[in-house]
Amino acid sequence: MQQENSGSVFRYVDWFTVVLYIILVMAGMVSIYAASYDFDHANMLSFTEFSGKQFRWIGLSLVLGLVLLLIDVRVYENYAYVIYGGLLLLLLVTIFIAPDIKGSRSWLVIGPMSLQPAEFGKFATALCLAKLFSSYNFVLNASRKNYMLALMIIFLPVILILGQKETGSALVYLSLFFVLYREGMSGLILLAAVCAVTFFVVAVKFTGTLLLGIPAGQAAVFIMIMVLIVAMLAIYCKEFEAARNVLLWFVGTGAIVTALEIIGVPVPGMIFFITVIMAALAYCVLLMFKTKARKLIITVSAAMVSVIFLFSVNYAFTSILQPHQQMRIKVALGMEEDLRGAGYNVNQSKIAIGSGGLFGKGFLNGTQTKLKYVPEQHTDFIFCTVGEEEGFIGSAGVLLLFLILILRIIHIAERQPNVFGRVYAYCVASYLIFHIAINIGMVIGLCPVIGIPLPFFSYGGSSLWGFTFLLFILLRIDASRRERSF
Amino acid sequence: MRKDYNLEKRRYVIGGFIVIIAMIYICRLVNLQVFDSKYKEYADSNAFLRKAVYPSRGIIYDRDGRLVVYNQPAYDVMMIPRDVKEFDTLDFCRALNISPEDLRKRFVDMRDKRRNPGYSSYSPQKLLTHLTAEEYGRLQEKLYRFPGFYIQKRILREYNYKTAANVLGNIREVSQKDIDKDPYYMPGDYIGDIGIEHTYEEHLRGKKGAEVLMRDALGRIQGRYEEGALDRDAVAGKNIKLSLNIELQQYAESLMMNKKGAVVAIEPSTGEILCLVSAPSYDPSLLIGRERGANYNKMMTDPDKPLFNRAIQATYPPGSTFKPTQGLILLEEGIITTGTMFPCYHGFISGGLRVGCHGHGSPLPLKPALQTSCNAYFCWGFKAMIDKRGKYGSSANAFDIWKKHMVSMGYGYKLGVDLPGEYRGFIPNVDFYNKWYGAGHWSANTIISISIGQGEILATPLQIANLCATIANRGHYITPHVVKEIQDTIVPAEYLEKHTPTIASHWYNDIAEGMRMAVTGGTCRLANLPDIEVCGKTGTAQNPHGKDHSAFMGFAPYHDPKIAIAVYVENAGFGATFGVPIGSLVMERYLRGHIPPERKYLEERMLQSNTIQFAGTRKH
Repeated sequence: MQQENSGSVFRYVDWFTVVLYIILVMAGMVSIYAASYDFDHANMLSFTEFSGKQFRWIGLSLVLGLVLLLIDVRVYENYAYVIYGGLLLLLLVTIFIAPDIKGSRSWLVIGPMSLQPAEFGKFATALCLAKLFSSYNFVLNASRKNYMLALMIIFLPVILILGQKETGSALVYLSLFFVLYREGMSGLILLAAVCAVTFFVVAVKFTGTLLLGIPAGQAAVFIMIMVLIVAMLAIYCKEFEAARNVLLWFVGTGAIVTALEIIGVPVPGMIFFITVIMAALAYCVLLMFKTKARKLIITVSAAMVSVIFLFSVNYAFTSILQPHQQMRIKVALGMEEDLRGAGYNVNQSKIAIGSGGLFGKGFLNGTQTKLKYVPEQHTDFIFCTVGEEEGFIGSAGVLLLFLILILRIIHIAERQPNVFGRVYAYCVASYLIFHIAINIGMVIGLCPVIGIPLPFFSYGGSSLWGFTFLLFILLRIDASRRERSF
Repeated sequence: MRKDYNLEKRRYVIGGFIVIIAMIYICRLVNLQVFDSKYKEYADSNAFLRKAVYPSRGIIYDRDGRLVVYNQPAYDVMMIPRDVKEFDTLDFCRALNISPEDLRKRFVDMRDKRRNPGYSSYSPQKLLTHLTAEEYGRLQEKLYRFPGFYIQKRILREYNYKTAANVLGNIREVSQKDIDKDPYYMPGDYIGDIGIEHTYEEHLRGKKGAEVLMRDALGRIQGRYEEGALDRDAVAGKNIKLSLNIELQQYAESLMMNKKGAVVAIEPSTGEILCLVSAPSYDPSLLIGRERGANYNKMMTDPDKPLFNRAIQATYPPGSTFKPTQGLILLEEGIITTGTMFPCYHGFISGGLRVGCHGHGSPLPLKPALQTSCNAYFCWGFKAMIDKRGKYGSSANAFDIWKKHMVSMGYGYKLGVDLPGEYRGFIPNVDFYNKWYGAGHWSANTIISISIGQGEILATPLQIANLCATIANRGHYITPHVVKEIQDTIVPAEYLEKHTPTIASHWYNDIAEGMRMAVTGGTCRLANLPDIEVCGKTGTAQNPHGKDHSAFMGFAPYHDPKIAIAVYVENAGFGATFGVPIGSLVMERYLRGHIPPERKYLEERMLQSNTIQFAGTRKH
């Protein structure tokens, strides 16, 4: 029975993903070698070098992956809560026994090794969440209690990791909202979150130039609110005629204002946008008497809230926040050049990537990384090395590899015959989305600097093992999908 | 198993989300890596420190291979302001032996866009110059503590002889103008200033090399980029052998001490300048090192103008040294023959005009006229030519021909010596007199003083020496030059080419004979050496600045000239008093190698005498 089971594992394991995994970790090791290359001693596999150490971690990961594949899939399912509970305990203990390293207490030192329990909390939380959703007759939207349970599973590790002062690692767990969305949480919540972040960034960032007498950022947000209204009318309310009318109204008035601007008649932007949007909303309210009122009400409120949000962002940013807090946000948004402080990393990593050009400077020829201009270049900023030495071809290639991996995992998720497998797979996809989007975004200067590693690439055993756990457990679950369906 | 197909569609939302993010990131990458080139420059300016490697400047030797100018290393403290981190100022100042106030002032001056228009915080700036070897050693040890600073080795000049400053020139730091003119130069580089350092700058300077060093985030040098593949070695400057005999130069300068004026000696057969003295002169080593600026300014404001190279820049009335040219033109034009005699009754008297002369037999032919430097003879001759309307049609035509002959002998235009700043002197032309007197309103009498090298005529000592060399050669000259050989190249062709004036060669024999007679029994008797046949012609030039200028030109030996010389001593009286002794001593020293005891008195007299006290302050 055991024999047959493990045999079937290798027959049904998703080799495509395994190959992607191996390509990524190997590319990672080569990048680490390049990033930590020392002119004096150059030996990729020397265990005194980062690349050599990473090679050892990779070897151990492959063994680990093999072990994970050989374990009976029911172990993961049956012991999910136990694993989760154990990890929570470990996270808690870590706060108290971990040494203070650069202000955070997240590293457990065991003999010659240092491990970061937060990295292992990810697969434990994923297992636990999958277990919860797969429990008999569990429907997320069925009761508030179900929501509370799911949120509790997500936020317990977040709180503990925040206690270790590892904000970046804690934020990763928020990506599990993708899973909640997949399992039935209203899309409006995600939409609201995306809109809030986008509106905030755009309104705060683009204050330099004026458009119609108001900051360009505000004008852009007004236009985005218009797009939001039209999109919600069309996609959410399915009121295609109304959507078309509102769109025509917006485009028409917009064209008139543009024409007036061109011939030199100044139009007060604030009054224009508010009048035009309010008129559109009034039209929607009129529609309510005819059709499905609930969705229209939500649409109108979303638009109203957006407008109010815009005004309050403005007010909050300039009047409530202290100057140094404003500065930190501005630096994070790339509005202020703080080349000696937080902006230094980002600036140098942009230089590293930007100087790579189309084909890169060639392996081991990167000057920015060789000469250590980019701090943390073998860990969080490892993508710089790729960008500098392998150029656009290399960096876009790595990005595409990650994209393929994520899409593959979503594909795997959707082919799972049971909720446990699907939820677990979405958890893995969500973590990867967050890590990759934030890490690469930060290195190319699009996201604020949040110190989280690039999966499979960044130097460090904990991160590599954490993702190996996530991925190989997924592969094990996926490989057993046929056994189960009998 | 419950399936909610509505929820299943959400995979596309999540998948779409990550695809959109990937697209945005790829757009960003395209923008950063492919379209925006500024990051490449940033990375290079981060990583590469381009350090110039200065070649050694060409060494200068005299004609006999004596070392005249060579190099000494100097060390400058350079800084790249952007790379300078906080450092221990006191320690830095101690190493350099300066006060913190001085250092602060240097920083302020460096950033001052007016004083230092090339300032940029990204490029190397010169903080301090000319460190002593000791200071250099002290700083070098501590340099690792001062990121952003480095030491640039440079080449300064060292002079073996305190002589020939105006010929050798010197080197100075480039100005912004130099940099704009020639992008080879970078701020802080040196460039040849005046003299041959200027003329032969491109040969002497060599070619700067470059070292591309890699520098890490802390400003530490991490080695050479690609093992030095992009490095360029410096190419040493070419050595130059001067035509000067540096000891003769030194000797002539010593004779000219406490006098104003010039001595130019030329080897007639080659046009090589054997010595070129401008007095008063200065020690060339005054213009090296930190004191250069102060010394330069002092000399600029000195009323005796030591920086003014009188040998090629002062334009004097040539006085009687001009008479041989008259004789040549008159013979060439057939106005006179060697037997033609003109009367002299203590001068030239014609139409109420009188040009004085001194006692000698009358009438007399050309050679005795040269021998006694008879003014009347050349006035009559000149008048005979200019007023010979039957031959020339008008005085103006006659004068035009006279002027063309004169120009062909090297007067009125720059000769083209390889020293910067040569003046052309002045030979008037027909237009000049037409403007002055009105066309047809002038004749020989009007302009008679130019026949004896007075009046409007102006010539540089170099031009006078060149005339003398032409006579010595019996009818041709090679443009005078001070460079004999340039390492690995040939001397410019113009310094090998023979120029032949419009006078037939045989007439020069008569002039030379006249000049020989002047030495054996005329105005130049002081130059009469027992065993060397010297030819000479004195000049005593009246001038509006005080006492007459004393001039002499001569060559020797008579039949095989090895040296032709012009001496011009301002406000020193008769040509025979200073011009002849100095000229003959220099020739003797050159030909014999020493001055015999019986002529030591003359040497002593020249060394001791001081005529500068009689000199007015000339306006040039």
